[in-house]
Amino acid sequence: MAIQQISVFIENKAGRLAEILTILAEAGQDIRAFSVAEKAEFGILRLIVHDPDAAIAELKSKGFTAKKTDVLGILIEDETGASVKAIQLLSAAGINVEYTFAFVMPQNRLAFLLLRVADNDTATKLLEENAIRTANHADVF
Amino acid sequence: MGQYFQQEIETASRDYLRAIQSARLIQMVKNCYENVAFYKEKFDAIGLLPGDIHSIDDIPKLPFTTKQDLRDTYPFGLFAVPKDRLVRIHASSGTTGKQTVVGYTQDDVLHWSEGAARALVAAGATKEDYIHVSYGYGLFTGGLGLHYGAELLGATAIPVSSGNTKRQVQILQDFGSNFLCCTPSYAMFIGETVAEMGIDPKTLPLRGGIFGAEPWTDNMRKEIERLLDIKAHDIYGLSEIAGPGVSYDCDAFDGLHVCEDYFYPEIVDPETGDPLPDGTFGELVFTCIGKEALPLVRYRTRDISALTHEHCSCGRTLVRMAKPRGRTDDMLIIRGVNVFPSQVEHVILEQGLEPNYQIVVERIDNLDVMTVLVELSDAMFSDSMAAVEAEERRLQNAMLSTLGVSTKIQLVDPRSLPRSEGKAVRVIDKRGVTQYNVH
Repeated sequence: MAIQQISVFIENKAGRLAEILTILAEAGQDIRAFSVAEKAEFGILRLIVHDPDAAIAELKSKGFTAKKTDVLGILIEDETGASVKAIQLLSAAGINVEYTFAFVMPQNRLAFLLLRVADNDTATKLLEENAIRTANHADVF
Repeated sequence: MGQYFQQEIETASRDYLRAIQSARLIQMVKNCYENVAFYKEKFDAIGLLPGDIHSIDDIPKLPFTTKQDLRDTYPFGLFAVPKDRLVRIHASSGTTGKQTVVGYTQDDVLHWSEGAARALVAAGATKEDYIHVSYGYGLFTGGLGLHYGAELLGATAIPVSSGNTKRQVQILQDFGSNFLCCTPSYAMFIGETVAEMGIDPKTLPLRGGIFGAEPWTDNMRKEIERLLDIKAHDIYGLSEIAGPGVSYDCDAFDGLHVCEDYFYPEIVDPETGDPLPDGTFGELVFTCIGKEALPLVRYRTRDISALTHEHCSCGRTLVRMAKPRGRTDDMLIIRGVNVFPSQVEHVILEQGLEPNYQIVVERIDNLDVMTVLVELSDAMFSDSMAAVEAEERRLQNAMLSTLGVSTKIQLVDPRSLPRSEGKAVRVIDKRGVTQYNVH
C-alpha cells in the first residue's frame, strides 16, 4: 500500500511555483496536496496528483526535473493523538521518517498523513498489525 | 626614499645591468641546452646553438616556453639539475587538474628571497621589524616566499599563515608586528576585524604591508591604508619564475620594479610574439636568467603589462612593469588561487554531468566567492533534500580537490544555462578588478 508522490525541482526564482501549478492545472491534474522543502537556492516541491506519470511527462516536456516516489499514506481517525500513535510505532521500530505532511478530504471527512520512510513494506506491515489503516493512491482520489 | 636592500644592483647603471644579464643569459642557455632535453630539442629544431647567444640583445632569437610545456613535462621534465641540488619544490594549480610544479636549488631560493627582501625594504621594512606573514604556507609560494625574504633581510618572520583572523589581530597587537604580508582582500578583512574588535589601528605598531597574489585597485589600496593606518605596497610574482618578489612597488607607486638581474622581462605581441617597445601594452614574458633548477626561457605569463626604463623618483634603475591590466587567457584568481574554467569543466565531466555550467565570481565582505552553476541531472534529483544536498557536497568536494579553493555549487534547471555553441558566457566576474598572474 503506497501513494505515488511526485517531486519537482524548483529553482528559487520568482513565479516558479505558480508556473508548475499552472502546467498541472492546464493538464487537468487534480492536486490533492503539496508541500515544499526549501533551502536558500532551491526547493523541492512534493505533490499528490491523480495521474503522477502523466504529470511527470508533462513537467519534463516543459523543462522541469521531476520524479515519482512511493510514500506511505495513513488514514487518520478523528480522535486526539491518532497520528502520534503511528509515528511512535515507527520510531520505536527504528524506522526513520524523513519528511511528512498531511491533508484532509473534507467531503469524505477523512484526513491523511503522508510519511516518507526508507522501506514502505515493513512500515505498512507494522502499522496494519497495530490497527492503523494505510491508504493507496486510489483511496485519496 | 632611498632605502634599498641591494643598492649596488637596484640603482646600478644600465650598462652594468646589461653586462650581468648578458653573462647570465649565456650561462643559462648553455645550462638549458646541456641539461634539459626539451630545450635541446627546441633549440636544435631552429638550428640554434648556445654559442649563438652573445648578449641579452640576442634574447628574441630564443623560443618561447608556455604553461602547456610545463604540463607536457609534468612534473619535473624541465628541471635542469639533479635531485641532489634541489632544495625546494612548490606547485600551483594547472589548467586541467594537474599542478604546475617548480623546483629550486639553494641559490634559486636565495635569489628569490633577495627579490622578496628588496620588496620589503622598498616598503620601508628594516631588520628591526617583525614581519607578519599571513599568506598560506605550503605548495603555494606566498608564505615561504615572504618568510625567506624577511629572514634574509635579518628581520623577524612571524609565520602566522592564513586564517583565524581574530588571532591574527591579537598577534598584530601583542607581538607588535610592523609589516603585514597577505592578499589585499585578506588585509581588508583583517582591517575590518581590527575595527570590529574595537582596536584603534593607530595604536598598532604596524607601519606597512606587502600585498599580492591577487589583483587589487587603487581604491582598495586607499581602503587598506585607512583601515590599518599603514602604507600598502604591491608585490608581483609567479611560481614558474620564482614566487612573490619578481617585481615590487616602491614609494613612488608608479609601476613595479622588476628584479631584472634574475628575471628578465619582455613585452611581446600576444598574437605574433614580436617584441614591443617600452610603454606599449602586451604580454609579459620572463626569462629566468639567474635560475638553475628551472631555467625557463621566455616564459609566457599571459599577463598584460607594459615596461618603462624611465627614471624613477625612488632612485632605482630597475625596469618597471605596469600593474597588469588583464590576461590573454581566461584564468581567474580566487582568493589568491589560479583557477581556469577548463578545470571546472573537467570536474563536471568527471562527475558524469553535461558540461553546461557557469562560473560567477563575486567579492563578498572583501573575500572572493566563486559559485558554479550546474544544471541538475535526473540522476542527481531526489524527493529527499538530504540526498540532493549530498550531491551538491559531492560536487563541492570534487571542485575543492581539483581547484584547491572552495566553491559554492548552485543547482539550476536543466537546459537553463547558455549552451557551449557559439560563445557561451562561462564566467561572470562581478568583482570589477582586472585579473593577473600570481605566485
